[in-house]
Amino acid sequence: MVKFEIKNLNIWFGGIHALKNITLQIQANEILTIIGPANSGKTSFLRMLNRLNELQTNFRMQGVVEFNKEDIMKMDKEKLRQQVGMVFALPSPLPLSVFDNIAYGLRLQGIRKMAKLREKVELALKRAYLWDEVKDRLEISAFNLSGGQQQRLCLARTLAVEPEVILFDEPCSGLDPISTAKVEETMLKLKENYTLVLVTNNVKQAARIGDRTAFFLSGELIEIDNTEKIFTAPSDRRTDDYIRGKFG
Amino acid sequence: MSNPKTTQKIAFFFLFLATLLIIVPVGLIIIIIIRKGLPAINWEFLMDIPREGMRQGGIFPAIIGTLYLVLGAIIFALPLGLMSAIYLSEYARDNFLTRIIKLAIVNLAGVPSVVYGLFGLALFVVFFKFGASILSGSLTLGIMILPIIITASREALETVPYHFREVSYSLGASKWQTIRYLILPNALAGILTGTILGLGRAAGETAPILFTVAAFYLPQLPKSIFDQVMALPYHLYVISTQVPNVTEKMRYGTALVLLILVLFMNLVAIIIRYKFRKKKKW
Repeated sequence: MVKFEIKNLNIWFGGIHALKNITLQIQANEILTIIGPANSGKTSFLRMLNRLNELQTNFRMQGVVEFNKEDIMKMDKEKLRQQVGMVFALPSPLPLSVFDNIAYGLRLQGIRKMAKLREKVELALKRAYLWDEVKDRLEISAFNLSGGQQQRLCLARTLAVEPEVILFDEPCSGLDPISTAKVEETMLKLKENYTLVLVTNNVKQAARIGDRTAFFLSGELIEIDNTEKIFTAPSDRRTDDYIRGKFG
Repeated sequence: MSNPKTTQKIAFFFLFLATLLIIVPVGLIIIIIIRKGLPAINWEFLMDIPREGMRQGGIFPAIIGTLYLVLGAIIFALPLGLMSAIYLSEYARDNFLTRIIKLAIVNLAGVPSVVYGLFGLALFVVFFKFGASILSGSLTLGIMILPIIITASREALETVPYHFREVSYSLGASKWQTIRYLILPNALAGILTGTILGLGRAAGETAPILFTVAAFYLPQLPKSIFDQVMALPYHLYVISTQVPNVTEKMRYGTALVLLILVLFMNLVAIIIRYKFRKKKKW
């Protein structure tokens, strides 16, 4: 089943042509990893899928992005963002308690009953494999958690809203190897129920957990294929050069 | 030839001296007013009406009048100032109109207070026919402190990191939900601080209330917002210059009450800011 269908997508920020004629599909329940050097348009692509790009005033686009066969630009953007969640590069807890961080998105949807909130917060924390570590201190400030815990808190916060797709924007860039392993493990488990799109600067991470991998360069999609194929026999020389670390 | 070490010492000495000198006027004002005014302070002085042509009795109506005026100013200026600050910092794009608005706010802050008084007289007292009343005086003071509230609120809103907004949107929040549940709670301390500083300013001003509300001598409490009231700064002016033979004790006692009122407001603002800074983690 196709979750996202992107056809001839071009976007600009002012005079900068950030994405050039991108066409690709994202399948349900896969982990699609996106690799590429800095300024290759990976993050702009990711932020297209939940319409965060348009927060910038000089943003323009052409082409079509369909989510579940519906043009996202015609969807209610709040609704889209509930279904397409995002975990940011740096752990980004809100200045609230652990509990209130997770409950934030739920309260936006009008859920007010404490019992219901508690149940959903617990479920989200369990899905992000953080429950055991924080269950006795849900009322402390989220800033008091470690970096890795904060990042899983952000994941739990996204999961609480019950999205279908989760976008990860270099989620491990600020984390140590052990926390990274935990986040990766979590992502692999999430695959059963969610579609994951992961932008990463860490080529090895893409090789470890991606089902398919896309290689972006200067705003163009150079190649997209099964991860194994990309890392063993890429069809484009530039892909080969990048994963061997010859540039970028 | 001058020795660089000596010149450095001389420079340090003068810079330090200049800074130290700031304490002197503040300290002297407080000491003189307390020394001369404290003997006047007693229950009767605070709670009684003025008697014998303001040479005896207390200043209760002036205290109450000032409190009413400050309260009226905040009821008018806080919602208006806060809403325009939210508009300017969260919604307005940078275009000709918003630049004009920002320029207007800067200019509003620069208008001399006596001009506000005259403006209040023309608009509220005469044109809207509110007469010299608490309503006219509060509105005039409210307009005077608007720029303080708008500027402080905008700064408070803009210090909430942009990233928080993105997180909120990414969870499906609308713009208004983001403002209401995330930005405002985190900007509240800054907004309150600015508001209280504005109130301190409003409490101490004489010129804006001179033509719009202040009563020369009115030994009773107001019954409605269309009544005149006495107010501390104006009362102080009156008993210091307009009424002969008022004891020094009474004059300084009035000044002390006004000073305490304003310093108390500033102190509250400082405490709020301090508590919030301690809590803030980003």
